[in-house]
Amino acid sequence: MSFAGKAAIAGIGQTEFSKDSGRSELRLACEATLAALADAGLEPRDVDGFATFTMDNNPEIEVARAIGAGPLRFFSRVHFGGGAACAVVMQAALAVAGGAADVVVCYRAMNERSQQRFGTGTIPRAGVATTETAHFGWYAPFGLMTPASWVAMQAQRYLHEYGATTEDFGRVSVACRRHAATNPVAWFHGKPITLEEHQASRWIVRPLRLLDCCQESDGAVAIVVTSPERARDGRQRPVVIRAAAQGASIDQQMMTSYYRDAIGDLPEMAFVAQQLYRQSGLGPKDFQTAVIYDHFTPFVLSQLEAFGFCGRGEAKDFVRDGRIEVGGALPINTHGGQLGEAYIHGMNGIAEGVRQIRGTAVNQVKDTEHVLVTAGTGVPTSALILGRA
Amino acid sequence: MTEGRWPHPRPGITRDNQFFWDGLAQEKLLIQRCAACRRLQHPPAPMCPGCHGLEMDSIEASGRGVVHSFVVAEHPPIPPFAYPNLIGLVELEEGTRLVTQLVGVEPEDVRIGMPVHVEFERVEPDYVLHRFRPASA
Repeated sequence: MSFAGKAAIAGIGQTEFSKDSGRSELRLACEATLAALADAGLEPRDVDGFATFTMDNNPEIEVARAIGAGPLRFFSRVHFGGGAACAVVMQAALAVAGGAADVVVCYRAMNERSQQRFGTGTIPRAGVATTETAHFGWYAPFGLMTPASWVAMQAQRYLHEYGATTEDFGRVSVACRRHAATNPVAWFHGKPITLEEHQASRWIVRPLRLLDCCQESDGAVAIVVTSPERARDGRQRPVVIRAAAQGASIDQQMMTSYYRDAIGDLPEMAFVAQQLYRQSGLGPKDFQTAVIYDHFTPFVLSQLEAFGFCGRGEAKDFVRDGRIEVGGALPINTHGGQLGEAYIHGMNGIAEGVRQIRGTAVNQVKDTEHVLVTAGTGVPTSALILGRA
Repeated sequence: MTEGRWPHPRPGITRDNQFFWDGLAQEKLLIQRCAACRRLQHPPAPMCPGCHGLEMDSIEASGRGVVHSFVVAEHPPIPPFAYPNLIGLVELEEGTRLVTQLVGVEPEDVRIGMPVHVEFERVEPDYVLHRFRPASA
């Protein structure tokens, strides 16, 4: 028995996206959760489950206490940074389809710009010897200690193996910033960029430039998952979770999978794709739009290949001529992505996938029946296929 | 490279990786080997994925390898490192890979496939790291 198709997203909620929210992360989590419940037409007392990231700083019980939810019978967390994004929705779908909970709220709330920045350098804490600090010890002593630097190592190899150029990375930024430019809630609303501006932006970690890197953001997003039947009684057109999968490859590492044969590729995402297609019976031609996790542009190219939108090494040609922009064959990140809208660890991308199926996106793609949404790359990851009821 | 005022980042040392860092202290680059089936692996692990052996020893690497990939870190500048910071992923001739500093070459001149060899740098009185230099230099 599969859980695919047996859970639906009934509501989405979010705070504003900023660089300094001026309030606690817990308050952001509560605000987004209440907004998502209101969107669904549900009350806090209806919530009996939560799912979030191990990286989230807001315990489920504190959110429940503040909004007046509970008692809770399901709470689950997923590890590995932004790779958790779609997996928390998968947790909720499994719980609902399996009868462990009726209404599960997935949330991610962070003051990632004003409080806890991810890009300033991860240094293992002296004296704390765990498998994870040992892992960072292979990199930090040499200065390889930011997400950009970890991704750049694989990106350099991608360029070498497939003859791509940094302009091909830039085309991803240009597409996302074009979409953000017409999205009023995007941080880069009204600020599109050209390929020339991408090429002129300063180096962060060669071969990555500033405009290859997502933003740092404060904000929160919440997603309400329940049964398709209950979602039908709600306030919104239900969005069914057609497929959901996680993936960790053989010899997977956290951000530094440098030891397998081909380090320019993302085998964990290809494994996720295989599962999604098997669960849903769908394939790459069945998506009208996709939300492709964009913390750094190079892995957007690798993901297009992993999902079979083009062959291995062919994404550099696929992203030309506006194919990934609105009006093209496969518009991606129509909200502007994390490069353009905000970096909420992939959760804002799931909200955009829901809006595309509802038909309420600001850059709406016509007749959207199925949307692919992916989670963080370079890490153990996850993805979803969302569809109409 | 080290300016002294800032402590150099240190690894978390567990029972699984201690041999590697002890080796560096003696200016030896070691690769974990399964005592039973002789499989090499880096980063090390407590169990051999090939035969499930739990007894591990190590071999000393020749120190020769090639650049498999590399990055040039420019921003943010994180002390005590000097910038731009050239960091390589080196494939050793024994077949394992490791991340290291690349020295003796300008960022513009690094090429994937470039032969390199190991040397050791004492970054603090009790702390030795490996780094690699082009083999021809």
